[in-house]
Amino acid sequence: MSDVLASPAAKKGAPPVLPEYDDEPLYEGRREIYQQSVKGRLRTIKWVVLVGCLAVYYFLPFLRWYRGPNQPDQAVLVDLAHNRFYFFFIEIWPQEVYYFTGLLVMAALVLFLMNAVAGRVWCGYLCPQTVWTDLFTTVERWVEGDRRERMLADAQPMTAAKFGRKTLKHVLWLMIAWWTGGAWVLYFADAPTLVKDLATFQAPMVAYVWIGILTFTTYSLAGLMKEQVCLYMCPWPRIQAALTDQYALNVTYRYDRGEPRMSMKAAARAREADQPAGDCIDCRQCVVVCPTGVDIRDGSQMGCIQCGLCIDACNSVMTKVNRPLGLIAYDNDVNIDRRRQGLDEVYPIIRPRTLVYAGLIAAVGLVMLYGLMTRSFTDLSVLHDRNPLYVQLSDGSVRNSYTVRISNKRPVHRIFVLAVDELPLARLTAVGISMTAGDWPVIDVGPDSTREIIVHLTAQKPADLPPSSRVTFRITELGTGEKASMSDHFIVR
Amino acid sequence: MAVQPEIDHATGRTTTGHEWDGIKELNSPLPKWWLYIFYATIVWSVGYWIVYPSWPLVTNYTKGVLGYASRQDVTRELDALKALRAERAGALARTPLEDIAKDPTLLTFALAQGKAAFGDNCAPCHGLSATGSPSFPNLRDDTWLWGGGIADIHQTISFGIRNADDRSRQGQMPALGGPNGALKPDEVITVANFVRALSGQPTRQGYDPAKGKELFASNCAACHGDEGRGNRELGAPNLTSRNFLYGSDEKTIIETINLGRGGVMPGWAGRLDETTVKSLAVYVHALGGGQ
Ligand code: SF4
Ligand code: SF4
Repeated sequence: MSDVLASPAAKKGAPPVLPEYDDEPLYEGRREIYQQSVKGRLRTIKWVVLVGCLAVYYFLPFLRWYRGPNQPDQAVLVDLAHNRFYFFFIEIWPQEVYYFTGLLVMAALVLFLMNAVAGRVWCGYLCPQTVWTDLFTTVERWVEGDRRERMLADAQPMTAAKFGRKTLKHVLWLMIAWWTGGAWVLYFADAPTLVKDLATFQAPMVAYVWIGILTFTTYSLAGLMKEQVCLYMCPWPRIQAALTDQYALNVTYRYDRGEPRMSMKAAARAREADQPAGDCIDCRQCVVVCPTGVDIRDGSQMGCIQCGLCIDACNSVMTKVNRPLGLIAYDNDVNIDRRRQGLDEVYPIIRPRTLVYAGLIAAVGLVMLYGLMTRSFTDLSVLHDRNPLYVQLSDGSVRNSYTVRISNKRPVHRIFVLAVDELPLARLTAVGISMTAGDWPVIDVGPDSTREIIVHLTAQKPADLPPSSRVTFRITELGTGEKASMSDHFIVR
Repeated sequence: MAVQPEIDHATGRTTTGHEWDGIKELNSPLPKWWLYIFYATIVWSVGYWIVYPSWPLVTNYTKGVLGYASRQDVTRELDALKALRAERAGALARTPLEDIAKDPTLLTFALAQGKAAFGDNCAPCHGLSATGSPSFPNLRDDTWLWGGGIADIHQTISFGIRNADDRSRQGQMPALGGPNGALKPDEVITVANFVRALSGQPTRQGYDPAKGKELFASNCAACHGDEGRGNRELGAPNLTSRNFLYGSDEKTIIETINLGRGGVMPGWAGRLDETTVKSLAVYVHALGGGQ
């Protein structure tokens, strides 16, 4: 490993002229990166991923999902006003927010697993920063031309045509950024209605503010800052470096095959003379296509987001010069050493690390699935009033008060009978609630909502009871008989 | 400490020339945008000092050119809250007291508002949990001096008890003992024991129940009733109840008979708005389990 890191620097040619430290500016100016377009298998995969991700992001809010009358029919909806989260067949209440925790834990584990298998694939293909930067760069290329044209134009003084092109680019960027922010707010309200309201300036202020914020962040992060986000802002490269191991597949320059690098002609001559000659012809195609301006031939480094574009670039060069493909490829450090020692290459995808991650993902997934399948549609929570714990009434009986909360997670009105077990002589009353023939309160709870009531439980003969006895509150839905229960205590002295 | 920088061989980059115990510092300058944002935040903070109150002075503080004070925010938020609640507060004002409990939304609203108002205005005497203390009634039991129906409670809260307002509840336990009183000291003791017997408490040895009954009938029954069940019109307590306002031991009862009693409560109709008073009535009614 250290071998890989040390080799490129050691190979650098003449020492650079050292500046006096005091003369250097405080900051490092940005090197403009003129990324060149490239064609190839990995580039195609990136296109597919890009179109797929953006399609999901922009159109998902318009997908409908019928849940019943008076229920939102948006497939994915974050309903902040009513504290509900809808995701297709899943409906999450605030007290079930642990599903989110589960999802986040899963997401982290999937990231770890991806990392153990193929390094920073997340960075190279799926990260929103990568996807939008790729989109913005494509627009830039379309308006201002490819690497060579852009470099030439930027070296020239400003002309009307150049100014027009630059303006058009920024306008297009801003339009994409604005549309990105617009799609974001659609996840928080009924999308078709909101679109109409936004267009007629009827939407709530907060929607416009969020569109503004996201327009700004998208435009500046994907258009103006690009690779700077990966290099200076994102914590993942640092964390990732600590989580990876020597078997992870990374975009690797196989320097055992590429070095010593020389021109095509020099290499041909060397080979004829039985001298060592590498496959790299130092054409720098791998460097100019790199979105972060990295020279992969310097070894694995933090700036590389593992997008694989250099692989595509080098492969097309290798095709032209008639050498085997894969001078740059997804490979690991172990193989470089093994090839040098004449051993076979190894690609152990299944190894303890990946097995543990996969196992953990399966475990979390199963727990969440179990939670979802056994999710009840009726919730009861009972809170004993602690101040005072009990009250003595005029006839000497003792009363305890409780706050009872009933959650009806079905989209229909439901009626529940509340009863207590274990205290046959006690009487349950609640202000504003009617009673059944059996003398128990009957509580009706609106569709998809929670009702909280204060109930009083009165024991007629407190002297017969222990200081504290257990009572179980039970709700039973009239008609279906669906039940929920919760235990608490009855205190008499 | 500007020593000559050099090339670091592991990274191929220059050092700053700084060295501590053999550890050399790589020259990794910040990106330009980062540095400029840092400068911008400094400028921003200076702007803040000018615009907002910030610097403490000896007895005062700088006010800032905007004249901003967080108090204004509170007022504005309170107004916004009132506007937000206007709809339900209006519904509460229109709904007759007895009907509030029939509408779950309105009931929840009234209970929440009542609880907050209770904490602010009633808790000093009746306690935060409304359990009261000697001479301040417990509002969570079912013993009501002036009536436990929601309308009774509403009237008591509105006008109070024995205060200057004509509409307040009136009535008084007179002093029956003392040199000018109707009862002699030993008669007071007898009546006190009779009262203890009414609520099922033990009586002192040698106490004459027949005498007690007779004395009670001629001195106390006018207000408390023949059986001692009290009279809510007069605020005369039910003496058969297990709950006592001032205490149930013989000494306290003797003191009550000797000196008389008369607690007061302010009326809230003028100090709190009508919906708040209504909410309080609903809340107190629910606390006591309703009558
Ligand atoms: S070095 Fe290659 S894989 Fe890494 S970021 Fe650059 S182009 Fe992508
Ligand atoms: S593209 Fe391939 S051949 Fe050209 S410089 Fe890069 S590694 Fe060498």
